[in-house]
Amino acid sequence: MPGPGVQPEESPPVLDTPDRAAHRAATVEYDHVTKHYDATQVRKGVPGAVNDLSLTVPAGKICVLVGPSGCGKTTSLKMVNRLIEPTSGRILLDGVDAGTRNVTELRRSIGYVIQQTGLFPHQTIEENVGTIPRLLGWPAARRRSRAEELLAVVGLDPAKYARRYPAQLSGGERQRVGVARALAADPPIMLMDEPFGAVDPIVRERLQNEFLRLQETIAKTILFVTHDIDEAIKMGDLVAVMQAGGVLAQFGPPAEILAQPASEFVARFVGADRGLKRLSLFRIGTLPLQDVPTARVGDDAAAARRLALADSFTHLLLLDAERRPVGWIRDGEIPTEGVLTAGMADPASPVLDRRTTLKDALSMLLENDVQAGVVVDRTGALRGVATVAQIVSWTRETRSEGAPNPAGPDPADGRPSGDGAGA
Amino acid sequence: MIAWEWIPRNAGQLAEAAVDHVVLTVIAVAGGLVISLALTIVIHADRRWYGPVTGVAGALYTIPSLALFAVLVPVTGLSVVTAEIGLVSYTLLILVRNLVAGLDAVPPDVREASLGMGLSPVQRLVRVEMPLAIPYLIGGLRVATVTTIGLVMVTALIGEGGLGQVMLRGFSFRNWTAVYTGAALTMSLAVVADVVLVLLGRTLTPWARAGRGRGG
Repeated sequence: MPGPGVQPEESPPVLDTPDRAAHRAATVEYDHVTKHYDATQVRKGVPGAVNDLSLTVPAGKICVLVGPSGCGKTTSLKMVNRLIEPTSGRILLDGVDAGTRNVTELRRSIGYVIQQTGLFPHQTIEENVGTIPRLLGWPAARRRSRAEELLAVVGLDPAKYARRYPAQLSGGERQRVGVARALAADPPIMLMDEPFGAVDPIVRERLQNEFLRLQETIAKTILFVTHDIDEAIKMGDLVAVMQAGGVLAQFGPPAEILAQPASEFVARFVGADRGLKRLSLFRIGTLPLQDVPTARVGDDAAAARRLALADSFTHLLLLDAERRPVGWIRDGEIPTEGVLTAGMADPASPVLDRRTTLKDALSMLLENDVQAGVVVDRTGALRGVATVAQIVSWTRETRSEGAPNPAGPDPADGRPSGDGAGA
Repeated sequence: MIAWEWIPRNAGQLAEAAVDHVVLTVIAVAGGLVISLALTIVIHADRRWYGPVTGVAGALYTIPSLALFAVLVPVTGLSVVTAEIGLVSYTLLILVRNLVAGLDAVPPDVREASLGMGLSPVQRLVRVEMPLAIPYLIGGLRVATVTTIGLVMVTALIGEGGLGQVMLRGFSFRNWTAVYTGAALTMSLAVVADVVLVLLGRTLTPWARAGRGRGG
């Protein structure tokens, strides 16, 4: 049925603007990049020298730079948009030396997200998101529609948020605006410097999941700095572990870093709980989920009771009209007549996004002292149920298969040495 | 002691003097602002100018007003120019200091984001840093304006002075009504000017009042 010109991919909303080619992304290549600070700066304690850094991030991949403070990861990031100029070496963006490009044009073509967001306090959210489009001379109407489109993409209702000022938003909301602003001109590359570092762990987990989901559709080349190895393992297609003095200690897919630390330093940095960290490699959505008896609000109680009692699972999961979980009812407590109402159910916690890592899922289940978590898709509708026992046994099964990394690129792309393919 | 009937009889003259007073003040503060903005931009571009600029402005500020006018009269005569040179000089220190403090108060993350997104130095100054410095600018303008309104009276001694003239003549003719009326009107001008500037500041910074109750 599909004709020769038909694209099998769905067209996500973020790319719907007609004048834009789909899936713009660029290769980022560090070619023997070194940054030395002079003696006076060193004495002042300026951290972050970088020593002969060479690595290539393929287009459309997330590369996480991770390491202890002062390891040069932020310096490495800022050399891409030339907030810091390298002492020697080149950074090639799609083969073009960043150092030869006009610096303001270069910066406008690279999305930049920082921990404290850097939103302009005197501008509305809509104006903030439209910053780079305005610099590029887009007309006001186009800026506005682009801002509204992007706010919706990052999960903020434009009608509610467009006219607000940053001070009127929560930390997590501001961070979403920061991402929307960086995406405004559809840059092929995004630089993210501890983007989720300033929000609390629950919001961070949600922002991480949302960002990974977003990346599935935008497929940008992303350099992502963090000091948190768990975040690196979760977010990265590739992880670059850096150590003091700006030395690249290991570069590769996260599974490889966990399975085969290249040095004592990497092993120590990754931590003794590598086995547990491997759980961060897998998303709950990839687990074979369990089916449980379900019924919807308004269904006949007697029928639901029969269904629940017939099943080995001890509870019935109550759903709303959109198949979103409402809560659990113990099968013995289901009334024998009448209809099911939302009030009968205990709230279904914890609800897990399909992108939640097994580690976070396990942690949430243990924390809430429950055996089963409800996994939902992006609309909040039920996908299935995951139990602690399932997570543990699934991990045991996959261990023998080595360390598959579902999102990772071909390992040959990601070695620190041996990628001499340059401009 | 106060001859109330004197006031309506001289209403026209008082109004004229008040207008003169306002004009002298506005010229002084506006002139001072333009010069201070230019000096601030120079300092912003190269921090080494901060010491010399505020040093000179501070030295000007310490010259007693009467002495300054006395020095200027042989050069520029008994004129508006003489008055304004003095008045403008006295606004510079407070305005430059506040403007620089305002630019310094721009949060580092805002500065970094504006740099990282590719705003040119002029765009950063005009679109980001100056707007964020408005509260500091308004603070400086309030002090400068109220001070200038007081100093305009002194220029009566070189033939200007607005309401200062009314008071000076009152002293010469022992007309205490004129003296008190001039003083009261000058104070009223200062209060009104201050309120106007506060309201102007509020209008220019809608974000400052937004969302105080939220955050986190």
